[in-house]
Amino acid sequence: MLDTLLLSRIQFAANISFHILFPTITIALGWLLVYFKIRFDLSQHPVWMRAYRFWVKVFALTFALGVVSGITMSFQFGTNWPGFMETVGNIAGPLLAYEILTAFFLEATMLGIMLFGFNKVPRWLHTLATLLVALGTTLSAFWILVLNSWMQTPVGFEMRDGVAHATDWLAIIFNPSFPYRFTHMLFASALTVCFLVAGISAYRLYRGDNKKAPRLTLKTALFSAAVLAPSQAFIGDLHGLNTLAHQPQKVAAMEGLWHTEKGAPLVLFAIPDAETQTNRFAIEIPKLASLILTHELEGELQGISDFEDAHPPVAPVFYSFRVMVGTGIAMILVAWWCSLRLYRKNELTPLQYKVLMGMSFSGWLATLAGWYVTEIGRQPYLVYGVLRTSEAVTTVASEQVALTLIMYLLLYAVLLVAYIKTLFWLAKRAIDVEEYDLSLPGLPEKKTEIATEGARV
Amino acid sequence: MSLLTAENLALVFAALTALAVLLYAILDGYDLGVGITLPMKQEAWRDTSIASIGPFWDANETWLVLAVGLLLVAFPAAHSAILHALYLPAALLLIGLILRGVAFDFRAKVKPERKIHWDWTFKCGSLLATFSQGFMLGIYVMGLEYHIGSVIFACFSGLCVTAAYAMIGNAWLIGKTTGDLQFHAIRQCKRAGVWTLAGILTVSAINPLVNANVYQVWTEPPLAYLFAAIPLLCFAMFALGYLALKRLPLPNDRGAWIPFFICKVIFVCSFAGLALSFYPFVVPNQMTLYEAASSKESLTIIFFGAVIVIPIIAAYTAVAYYAFRGKADGLKYY
Repeated sequence: MLDTLLLSRIQFAANISFHILFPTITIALGWLLVYFKIRFDLSQHPVWMRAYRFWVKVFALTFALGVVSGITMSFQFGTNWPGFMETVGNIAGPLLAYEILTAFFLEATMLGIMLFGFNKVPRWLHTLATLLVALGTTLSAFWILVLNSWMQTPVGFEMRDGVAHATDWLAIIFNPSFPYRFTHMLFASALTVCFLVAGISAYRLYRGDNKKAPRLTLKTALFSAAVLAPSQAFIGDLHGLNTLAHQPQKVAAMEGLWHTEKGAPLVLFAIPDAETQTNRFAIEIPKLASLILTHELEGELQGISDFEDAHPPVAPVFYSFRVMVGTGIAMILVAWWCSLRLYRKNELTPLQYKVLMGMSFSGWLATLAGWYVTEIGRQPYLVYGVLRTSEAVTTVASEQVALTLIMYLLLYAVLLVAYIKTLFWLAKRAIDVEEYDLSLPGLPEKKTEIATEGARV
Repeated sequence: MSLLTAENLALVFAALTALAVLLYAILDGYDLGVGITLPMKQEAWRDTSIASIGPFWDANETWLVLAVGLLLVAFPAAHSAILHALYLPAALLLIGLILRGVAFDFRAKVKPERKIHWDWTFKCGSLLATFSQGFMLGIYVMGLEYHIGSVIFACFSGLCVTAAYAMIGNAWLIGKTTGDLQFHAIRQCKRAGVWTLAGILTVSAINPLVNANVYQVWTEPPLAYLFAAIPLLCFAMFALGYLALKRLPLPNDRGAWIPFFICKVIFVCSFAGLALSFYPFVVPNQMTLYEAASSKESLTIIFFGAVIVIPIIAAYTAVAYYAFRGKADGLKYY
């Protein structure tokens, strides 16, 4: 039987991995909907409203999954990790409270108007509600990333009798890793949405939907991705340098560096072996890790063996990092390849449609892998240098945790399948709809009407 | 700032947490209530019922996050103690809330033949959530201890809370619907009201027997005279509610919101009764709110945030309720 600590860790990891999938989409999709809505308000062209109508449904479903899985998160702190709040509650508490007060209520209330209020409130109020929902999701990301970043790079507090007390709130909020992590996450969200929108739009077009809306959304998503994906690589690099300055053992695990060395090679792939503290089957580029991280060929990088019992497990961090970077590179290549073709010919090849469909959820993969790097890379600490994960765990019996873990896992598996199937079903239904009603802007148009419609979009 | 002593802050946050729980019980209460009594025979009724809560349920549920959040932030020791004891029912509550929350959206988006499955998910999820909440309340009242007596009581409490939510949910539907569905809601509301009344009477009788200090609060003059007003008002509301439900529906839909209003008063009375019974304990008979409160600096910084933000929340909530006033119509996405 696994112990309570390990089961609680698996349960928390399962909960937060499931949860983060949905905010990752809603944060950026909210702003995309604002863009569609404002374009509609300015141009009055119904195609913008059609794009809005389709994606607002995806938003609603995603948001619902995010809300309910988020409620589970808020309970987990108390049920499984009481030591967390007992030790750093004076800092985590106000941050969570501000998230609820400034973000959760705003997005939840405005969502009602955004989803169902188009015919009930003035146009400007509907646009404002859409804007406030997007603002709410972003604010929520702001506060939770403040807390997470503070757990990675804690500053602005003092310990009294084993309990952290805040001394400088501005330092806590704008802690050293926060600007990097927040930007990196916002871009991750944007890229996830770009590839989701591109993938679903490609699915519709590939299935013979020749309406204007999916072509419009495909173009918006691909051109955005072509700019965002390389920017994300740049931001990620800055984030990595920031991590090197504050959490060198995390970088050592990411790079698979067991021992401190000068002119460290970049390990492209290997199987890290914790027993012998070596990499097996390593494919390396000499000196490149030192060059990237210290900007000197002979720069010194600290290895895992320098940190004795205060370093993370190497293999999961090492592999996750490669999954994230690999997915990111694939995103850059696909975004450029398809954008170029779309720019020149105004349509894609069947192969490109298929590739885009296959990459619909690539953002999830990269985002999850990235979070595994940063979260597992913080181990064995829960709050870096302040509180170990093992010190925070509950005394609830392991059988109870095992039972709830199984329930959550089953539920999440079912919901994930239902979610993805429903997205494609929504797309499929959008292909087939044939109503034509201009009295209500945004109702789907007939397949045949499109070609003759002249307005530029 | 001399008023913001540690003790005053603890009291203010206890009041805020209590307010959040009460608002949650009333607000999510009505939408959970609509869920548990969802009429499975008629699809059109289900659509209208769910349309009536569609724009609101999300914000309603946020009050639970706020309540748990405030407990976590302001009374971390109590939060740990309570959720440690309620680990399994809390997990069941969460699973219920997850199921109903997603069913809400899935039902409107999946293939038509699958819709009924999600309707059942919605109904069962709501039921699981309400029963778990009542069960948790029951265990809490019994001092967070598990023995055969407390579990039986907690199961009974689960049924009563379910009945109370069914009552307020149908009272909401009376205000939000017309015709046959309104008739149906009136009937359901009456039936649920009887069970709620029975539940309140039983809990009121058992609570003082189990907790000595509760007995003291309600019997020691002079305050006991004042407190007596609470159950009197509560039972008067049941009587009034019975009379109102007997006469509804009236021509021009007059008085359709009276049952909902009455339910709100009943919820406030019941909650006030419970809160008074336990004050100053936040974990019954174990921990007072003053012992459980977290540091003064942290509470101060949240206090100012709350003072500024809560009126704003109230304002935009009012906008949302105003936008969706009147009878529920088809749930149209836009």
